[in-house]
Amino acid sequence: MTGLKTTSLLKRFRTASAGVCAALAVSVASFSASVAAQAPAVGWPEKEELKFGFIKLTDMAPLAVAYEKGFFEDEGLYVTLEAQANWKVLLDRVIDGQLDGAHMLAGQPLGATIGFGTESHVVTAFSMDLNGNGITVSNEIWDKMKAHIPQENGKPVHPIKADYLKPVVDEYRNAGKPFNMGMVFPVSTHNYELRYWLAAGGIHPGYYAPHKGDTAGQIDAQALLSVTPPPQMPATMEAGTIYGYCVGEPWNQQAVFKGIGVPVITDYEIWKNNPEKVFGVSQGWADKYPNTHIRVVKALIRAAMWLDENDNANRPEAVKILAKSNYVGADEDVLANSMTGTFEYEKGDKRDVPDFNVFFRYNATYPYYSDAIWYLTQMRRWGQISEAKSDDWYKETAKKVYKPEVYAQAAKALIAEGKAKASDFPEFGTETGYKPPQSEFIDGVTFDGSKPNAYLEQFKIGLKGDTVL
Amino acid sequence: MSKMTTILRLPSSPSNANSLLSRLYQSTPALLLPVIGLLMFLAIWNGVAKSIDTSLGQFPGPAQVFEQAGALIDEHIAQREKADAFYQRQEARNAARVAQDPTYQPKIREFTGAPTFFDQIWTSLYTVMVGFLIASVVAVPVGILCGLSKSAYTAINPLIQLFKPVSPLAWLPLVTMVVSALYVSDEPAFSKSFVTSAFTVSLCCLWPTLINTAVGVSNIDKDLINVSKVLRLTPFAHLTKIVLPSSIPMIFTGLRLSLGIGWMVLIAAEMLAQNPGLGKFVWDEFQNGSSESLARIMVAVLTIGAIGFVLDRLMLSIQRAVSWDKSSVLR
Repeated sequence: MTGLKTTSLLKRFRTASAGVCAALAVSVASFSASVAAQAPAVGWPEKEELKFGFIKLTDMAPLAVAYEKGFFEDEGLYVTLEAQANWKVLLDRVIDGQLDGAHMLAGQPLGATIGFGTESHVVTAFSMDLNGNGITVSNEIWDKMKAHIPQENGKPVHPIKADYLKPVVDEYRNAGKPFNMGMVFPVSTHNYELRYWLAAGGIHPGYYAPHKGDTAGQIDAQALLSVTPPPQMPATMEAGTIYGYCVGEPWNQQAVFKGIGVPVITDYEIWKNNPEKVFGVSQGWADKYPNTHIRVVKALIRAAMWLDENDNANRPEAVKILAKSNYVGADEDVLANSMTGTFEYEKGDKRDVPDFNVFFRYNATYPYYSDAIWYLTQMRRWGQISEAKSDDWYKETAKKVYKPEVYAQAAKALIAEGKAKASDFPEFGTETGYKPPQSEFIDGVTFDGSKPNAYLEQFKIGLKGDTVL
Repeated sequence: MSKMTTILRLPSSPSNANSLLSRLYQSTPALLLPVIGLLMFLAIWNGVAKSIDTSLGQFPGPAQVFEQAGALIDEHIAQREKADAFYQRQEARNAARVAQDPTYQPKIREFTGAPTFFDQIWTSLYTVMVGFLIASVVAVPVGILCGLSKSAYTAINPLIQLFKPVSPLAWLPLVTMVVSALYVSDEPAFSKSFVTSAFTVSLCCLWPTLINTAVGVSNIDKDLINVSKVLRLTPFAHLTKIVLPSSIPMIFTGLRLSLGIGWMVLIAAEMLAQNPGLGKFVWDEFQNGSSESLARIMVAVLTIGAIGFVLDRLMLSIQRAVSWDKSSVLR
C-alpha cells in the first residue's frame, strides 16, 4: 500500500471531482438527516483508519460482512481487512501494533495474557461465533474405525465417540507406528476440542510442561498432536504424516470433496454451542481508543445479526462474499455446506446441522466469563498452566481478558439507534457473565464456570489438584 | 550465422537476392527458434498438466493459466470501480459530518479494499528496489575496500563466508524483532512489513555484489596501477579514474546477480512478513485452496519470472551505458 500514494492521488482527485457534484447534493441531504436524527450515543472514533487481520476460515464472516455491507463505514471507520499467514504471525502483529485488531482463537487472548507463548495483555469484547470445527480422519483410519461403530439404517450412529478410535490407535502403537494428529495452534479451540474428544474415548493426548521447557505437548501421549497450518492439513494427511486433524471450515469439507478423508464429528457434538473465535485487540489499544473499540463492536454485532437473520436467510449471500479470493477464497460449493446448515460426513452422508455455525443466536456474541474459564481449565488440564491455581485466579484472569462492559455499551447504543432490540441481548442489568452449568458434552461431564477446580476433578485423564509434572 | 545455416542445412541465400530479404532470411533462425522452443514447451506443459490429476487438484495447464490471468485483470478493473464508489461515499460522509460538527477536519482516506494483483506487483517491485539499493550502498564501498586492501579483505572475509549462505527465512524472525523494537512511531511513513521485507532482501543480496566488487577491484590491470603511480594521482582520483571504471564489469556482474537473488528472496520474505506483494499473493492463493488457486499461483510464477527477466535486462542496459569499454561483449 505504501507505493500507491502517487498514482492513486491523481486518480482520486480526478474521479472525486468528476463524480462527486451530483452525488454530493443527494447524499449530504440524506446523511445529514440520518445523522442529525440521532445524536451519537458513543463519541466520535479517535482512530478512523484501522487494519484488522484474519485467517482464511469461514468464521471470519462477521468481519467480511461488516466491511462489505458498510457497517464499519456507518460507524465512521475506514477498515482494511488483511489475511495473515498463520495464527502466530497474526497474534504478533496485533501485539506490536501493525494490526489494530484481529479474528482470534478464543484461547489466544487468554494464552497471551497469562504468558503461554508471547506474553502480552490482549483483550476481547466480542465473541465471533459458536461451533464451526470438525475432526477429520484419513480414509484408511475411517475404514478401520467403521468396523467398531454401531450402524443404523446402513449409516453410522452419530456422535462418533473416540472410543471407536481407541482400538485403531492401540493397533498402530503396537505395530510401532506413532499415531500423529494435527491441530492449528497450541492455544486453539481445536487443540482443546480434539484433546477433549480423545480423552473422553480413553486416548491420552499428551501433556505440556512449560516449566521444564517442554512445549511440544506430547508427554505420556498415546496420540501425538502437532501444529499444522490449516491449508496444509489435507496434503499432510494425504502424505500420511498425520492420520487426522481438527480444524475449522472449509478444511473438513475440502477433505470430503477431494476424497482424502472423512469428518467423523463436529465440535457441536463435542460441546453444544461452544465459543469459538473472538475479536481480539491489545489492552493498550483498547485503553487508547475506547470509542473506536465500541464502534467496532457495534459494527460486528450488526454483521452477526445479519448473518443469522430470518433463520439464516442471508447465508447464501455470505457464502458469495467469503468465496472471494481476498477473503476465504475456497470454492462456493465447499463453503456453502457448513454455512447453510448441512455437513457432509462420509461422501454422500449429508446431515442437517443447522447450528454448525452460529453467529448471533443463543447470545453467541456476548463474551461470557464462563467461556474464558473453560479454556483456562483445559489449559490447566493439559499442563499449559503448570501448577494449581485457585478458583479466584481463574475468575480474575477471565475478568482481565473478557470485557463484557464494552459489549454492553455497544449493544445499548445499537438499541438506542433502533438497529437492534433489547430482547436480542442478555439482560445487562442482571447478567453475571457466567452461564448456568452446561452438561451437553460428549462425555456427559457438567461444566460449572464458577467452580473450575471442582470441574477438573471430574476427568479421568488430565492434570488436576496440585499435580505438577 | 553461417554456422547456424550449416547446422540447419538451410541453403545460403542467393548472392543476387534483395538485401532486405536476405537479411530476413538469415535472421529467421534467430526469430523462429525461440518461438519454436516456446510452442514446444507449451505443448509439453499442456500434456504433462493433464496427466497430473491428484486428489489435491489438477496441475494447471496453459489454458487455465490464461483464463485466470484474464480473471485477475477483470478483478483489478472491478476493484478500481469499487474504489471510485468508496471515494464518493467518503466525500458525502465527510460533508455530512462537517455539517453536524463544524470543528471536524475532514480527511480523504485511501481506499480500504484489498490490493489487486497489479497493486501487488508494484509493491513487490518497490520493495525489491529499496532492498537492492540499501544492499548496493553497503556492498560496493565495502567491496572496494576489500579489493584495495589485502588486510581488510582478510579481516572481513570470514564474516562474508559465514553470513553468505544464510537463507532469508532464517533471517526473517530476527529482522522482524529488530524492526518491531526499533521502528516505533505513531504515524509510520513505511509499514513495518515493508521495512522487514526490504531489510531481509538487503541482507541476502549484498553478498554477490560485495564479493564481485572485491574481485574486480583486486584484479585491476597492473599497467593501470603503474600509470596511477607515475601520475601520482590522489587517492580520490585513483578511485574515480582508475579503480571504478576498470572494475565496472565485475561490479555490474555482482549487481545483476544480487538483483536476481534479491527478487527471489523478496517473494519468500513477503510470504511471512506479510508485505502485500506477489509473495503474499502466492501464499494467500495457497491458503484459499479453491479449484482456481493453482492456476492463479502459476500466473504469479510466470509473472515473477517475467519481471526477473526484465529487471536483469534493465541492469544490462545500465551497465552498457556506464561501461567505458563500449566494444566489449555484454550478455
